[in-house]
Amino acid sequence: MLVHTAFDRAEQVARHWARAGCPVVIHVDEKVSPKTYGAFAEALSDLPQVLFSRRHRCDWGTWGLVAASQDAAELMLERFMDVRHVYLTSGSCLPLRPVEELIDYLDARPQTDFIESATTADVPWTVGGLDRERFTLFFPFSWRRNRYLFDRLVEVQRLLRISRRIPKGVVPHMGSQWWCLTRHTLSAILSSPERRPHERYFRRVWIPDESYFQSLARLHSRNIESRSLTLSKFDFQGKPHIFYDDHLQLLRRSDCFVARKIWPHAGRLYEAFLNHPESAANRQEPNPGKIDRVFARAVDRRTRGRAGLYMQSRFPNFSWENGVTAGRYSVFQGFSELFEEFEPWLARATGAQVHGHLFAPERAEFAEGQPVLNGALSDNAALRDWNHRAFLTNLIWNTRGTRQCFQFGPHDAPEVMWDLARDPNAQISVISGAWAVPLFRAGGDFSTLRAEAAALQKAEHLLLDELRSPEAKARIRIWTMAEFIEAPMEPLQLILDEIGQKEPRRLAEAPVMQDLTGFGRFLQNLKNQGMHPYLMGDFPVEPAPGPSSAPTRKPYLVKN
Amino acid sequence: MGAWQSYRLRLQRKRWLVRALRKRRELRCVADRTDRIRPSDLIVFCTARNEGVRLPWFLKYYRDMGVNHFVMVDNDSTDGSLDYLARQEDVSVWHTRGSYKRSRFGMDWINWLLRKYGDGHWVLVVDPDELFLYPFCDTRPLRALTDWLDASSIKSFSAMLLDMYPKGRLDAQPYTAGQDPLEIASWFDAGNYSVKRNKRFGNLWIQGGPRARMFFPDQPERAPALNKVPLVKWDRRYTYVSSTHMLLPRGLNLVYDEWGGREGLGPAAAHQVPRHV
Repeated sequence: MLVHTAFDRAEQVARHWARAGCPVVIHVDEKVSPKTYGAFAEALSDLPQVLFSRRHRCDWGTWGLVAASQDAAELMLERFMDVRHVYLTSGSCLPLRPVEELIDYLDARPQTDFIESATTADVPWTVGGLDRERFTLFFPFSWRRNRYLFDRLVEVQRLLRISRRIPKGVVPHMGSQWWCLTRHTLSAILSSPERRPHERYFRRVWIPDESYFQSLARLHSRNIESRSLTLSKFDFQGKPHIFYDDHLQLLRRSDCFVARKIWPHAGRLYEAFLNHPESAANRQEPNPGKIDRVFARAVDRRTRGRAGLYMQSRFPNFSWENGVTAGRYSVFQGFSELFEEFEPWLARATGAQVHGHLFAPERAEFAEGQPVLNGALSDNAALRDWNHRAFLTNLIWNTRGTRQCFQFGPHDAPEVMWDLARDPNAQISVISGAWAVPLFRAGGDFSTLRAEAAALQKAEHLLLDELRSPEAKARIRIWTMAEFIEAPMEPLQLILDEIGQKEPRRLAEAPVMQDLTGFGRFLQNLKNQGMHPYLMGDFPVEPAPGPSSAPTRKPYLVKN
Repeated sequence: MGAWQSYRLRLQRKRWLVRALRKRRELRCVADRTDRIRPSDLIVFCTARNEGVRLPWFLKYYRDMGVNHFVMVDNDSTDGSLDYLARQEDVSVWHTRGSYKRSRFGMDWINWLLRKYGDGHWVLVVDPDELFLYPFCDTRPLRALTDWLDASSIKSFSAMLLDMYPKGRLDAQPYTAGQDPLEIASWFDAGNYSVKRNKRFGNLWIQGGPRARMFFPDQPERAPALNKVPLVKWDRRYTYVSSTHMLLPRGLNLVYDEWGGREGLGPAAAHQVPRHV
């Protein structure tokens, strides 16, 4: 047992092992003060099967840990002749199953070594980057305490293309440092004639406790089972996950004999597993997959987070967001100007929540005229414009589950278009030039109309530039008004298919378009006034002569 | 940031420390039990004025969470809360008549007491009406969180302020001392917060919630800041800049993930995806 902290818990577990008849050799880190060490040794002095081995200085990733295990193992093999398996644990390990079961299990497999041991090529878990290079470069400095020197030396060695000579016969393997080896294998490693050369080599390997025994066991073992009997989960940084009281049910479902690391103050866990260990008869079916899934989800949540969520602990840099918003949504430009009652129609056709102009100058026009949306999102324009990106992401996050659609136009605050354009979740459909239709229908003083038309056209031109920029990642479709009107149902069907309609049939009900008689004349008037309307496409000034008097445009359906 | 900018922040930090030093004379010790503080204790620092009705639950809540000692500053209360605090066995309390506003909302006094008693401890700096919550707080005491932060070499932990309010009129249900306030005020705004990054100090500037919605609809830039860094492994050199929103040195404010992950429990230095060498 390697101990460096939480001595009362270590004592508790050591007694537990000793009570079941297992001799324990404890190594206490040399960094622990003599006073603490003395008290600890004194507390365990009443147990004859608990011994203390020679102390070494143990820094993470350095040779001290291996030296400590070597000395402790030697002491164990020398003093206790009937020991057949030696299990390496730490002071924060907790036996999950009765010790007798572990004894029976190991007795049934007298020649098997339980040590996780995989070649470097196959191992995906190397946190920190160096895998093969652990064995081919020199690592005299501690990664934790002298990081700068550590990094510089690695760089220098890479430049000089240094490659160490690996001792003959040794194939570097890596694995969890909590093993359970047979006397045969352990004494073969410790009394091997090659021990000194091997030690000289592994002394300067990085994290030797993950590779010394793992590599050498392959040379001497009769039967290796490449798994550790200790349950140990790691977080995204490679630190072991710590188990607390609320993990009690989870740990009961594990099929491992020992778990680490346990929080020293998790009294319930120690009470439950040490004082009332459940025998095999009472225990639930082991389900280690459940534990794996819980921790895999935790790591994923930590490293990737939830797309579209911005909060005090998650504020990703630009382009590292893993998703700007939380779900898909649609932006329509020009549709509500061209069609009558477009928003209710869209809501009926798709079942989505359809808002008006969310970025309108006076207020955000939420669906059904609500002043406040999910999550207490207010329609106040000043609050919205203070941080328009937060407004958008909050809206999508708060309403996730329901598809959102909203209208946009050249009247609206233009800054948000950049965010919309580069969001892959956005579906943006534009009928350019449709802002002219309300102007056309309103009538009134033509010179103010003309000025407004010019301003709107300029605004829309800038919006379209954003949409056409190479960084735009949204699904963008732009039609001029003229080309849209020629065949309105096809683009509508396309858009709705992408959204996912309520009924999968083709569109049965079409939106009613505004009456556009005389629109061509209106555009010509604007041109006569000196403006140059081009975004809406070409409209004939006079209606085409034909047998019918005024060919009114009716919406038509494409029938199957 | 450049060396000059860095130096200016250093000067600013020193300036707040000197100011705290000067203001210490405004404090008069009423009950000093700081000799009972042990090296690994968790300490709460708080400034209060006439909060007598809130204090019983405040103390109970944090004691249950595992806080070992309270260091309180009473800003001339008239409702007997000073005596109440002086009687508590795990509270050390100072009294002052100084102006709350002129001492930068009590921060000068707190900075001084932090420098004197907080060095080397995990400290929680809160107002008497603030309850601190963190993931798994219902099953794990505060020490579990601070042990984890120590193991990860993280020195500060951020939190966002959530304004709680009751259903119906604000004054409809009276609060009695010792009652759990969340029984009455159990509602909050879930999704209307604006988050921006403050380039100078590196922290996140969060606004929103019901106060921004109701009181600052026309001046959103003046809405109160909701970002805080309440839990810190204190060192004598640290200082709070503006209430508990920001700390110097700057690195303590970088408690959020910038690379797409979620820093539920944030690092003291800018987080980087583990890239080695």
